[in-house]
Amino acid sequence: MMNMVEGGGSAPVKVEERLFQNRYMVDAGRPHIRIRPHETPSKALLAMTRLCPAGCYSVNDRGQVEAVVDGCVECGTCRVVTAQTGELEWNYPRGGFGVLFKFG
Amino acid sequence: MIEERFDAIVVGAGPSGNAAAYTMAKEGLRVLQLERGEYPGSKNVQGAILYADALEKIIPDFREDAPLERHVIEQRLWTMDNGSHVGMHYRSDDFNEERPNRYTIIRAQFDRWFSGKVREAGAVLLCETTVTELLRDTAGRVIGVRTDRGGGTAFADIVILGEGVNGLVGQRAGLRPELKPDTVALAVKEMHFLPRETIEARFNLKGNEGVVIEAMGTITDGMTGTGFIYTNQESISIGIGCIVSDFTESSCTPYGLLEAFKRHPSVQPLLEGSECKEYVAHLIPEGGYNAMPQLYGDGWIVVGDAGQFVNAVHREGSNLAMTTGRVAAETVVWLKRRREELSKANLAEYQRRLEETFVMKDMKKYRKIPSLLHHNRQFFNLYPKLLSGAAQTWFRVDGIDKRTKEKQIFQSFRAGRKLTGLIGDAFKLARSWR
Repeated sequence: MMNMVEGGGSAPVKVEERLFQNRYMVDAGRPHIRIRPHETPSKALLAMTRLCPAGCYSVNDRGQVEAVVDGCVECGTCRVVTAQTGELEWNYPRGGFGVLFKFG
Repeated sequence: MIEERFDAIVVGAGPSGNAAAYTMAKEGLRVLQLERGEYPGSKNVQGAILYADALEKIIPDFREDAPLERHVIEQRLWTMDNGSHVGMHYRSDDFNEERPNRYTIIRAQFDRWFSGKVREAGAVLLCETTVTELLRDTAGRVIGVRTDRGGGTAFADIVILGEGVNGLVGQRAGLRPELKPDTVALAVKEMHFLPRETIEARFNLKGNEGVVIEAMGTITDGMTGTGFIYTNQESISIGIGCIVSDFTESSCTPYGLLEAFKRHPSVQPLLEGSECKEYVAHLIPEGGYNAMPQLYGDGWIVVGDAGQFVNAVHREGSNLAMTTGRVAAETVVWLKRRREELSKANLAEYQRRLEETFVMKDMKKYRKIPSLLHHNRQFFNLYPKLLSGAAQTWFRVDGIDKRTKEKQIFQSFRAGRKLTGLIGDAFKLARSWR
């Protein structure tokens, strides 16, 4: 998840530096979003590597999309974008876990 | 989970859920409210502006102890190109009134306060509890919920779904369709802290006065969307949002877009030296009236963002959420007093009552706007550039006579959008607006 991502019309931005400010209660070993095993990701899933506001998605050496959802801000964009492809198993974190907004 | 049977279960402790739970509890109904966050507000995101009118109708004396940031005395509307903005500002001392009309708020604090009122009114609140599914009887009517607290269940005569834009419970139960990428916006926001004197000096404020800036133009890189800057007491909320399907087709990242907005020469001096303490993202339902789902059924009602109650043109949402929550609750109280069943037929009264309020009237008035803006990108990329160019031509004193300048401006518009295009856009906008 330590990838530098080019932002539109701006200098490279590291999303990790932003997420660092946030509070999380990580449900260790129980990610609330899982990617179903795939050979080739759909265009929609691939778009999430750029579109996810928390930078949770990345492409591995074999061209598959992987997710590390510890920094997820629970917006649901990936769920909506991949609703038609069925590539994600998406649930909210268990009660009390996940992101905790200080200000919201 | 809980043996007792409730009159109503409210899913979610945001503005719509709190308004519903408060209104019912105050009228003596036994209310159970379920919230997945550690505390109410811990999962909730908004700009945020509080519209006093909607809350006054629920808690008339809210100003006595609600955590309010600044009352808004000035509204700035900016159309921006890469290096400039053309602004329309409205500032009035009339907004320095005894009962101000709009306030900036910080949702995590405000929702906690509102939730305190809900509990004082007698509702039972369970946090850290995610509702996983609706329970139905053999006839299909909703009779309760299952939660992730050991799979525990709770039962009630009605379930009010105030679960937010990305609410899974109603959707997975088939009560409303999946969100579509072209009717929902993704917004990202940062909280930037500065000393209050600095904010007051930079925005020309005194005391608790506040400014709201709404911006559109090249900041969204051709996508349908807007940016905003809101002044809180000791912080500035800055964010930007665009329609999700536009994002999927663009090459932008949401945080890259926000970063570029922050670095815009019109914005950067406002944030200079600030400390960012939080970065959030959230979806906003922007499909309007045409994207609204069925609002009620046997044993259930949907309120707030989950029902697509957002007026994207006026950036109103929390007031629609509170109003739908209140009206849903009042309908339930009314039916209960008459000892009538909370059936689909009887709950049609909820929608009838909403039709009488600004909520449905505004949703209907702007029903054509979302698709107009989504299919006419010139409103977001071309016109802001033309406006800025025109302003510069007009204001720059360079020895060119004014009649020539007028011609140059007119020609720039014709070159950018042809006369038929200009007239067509004016016509489309007027027709969608009325």
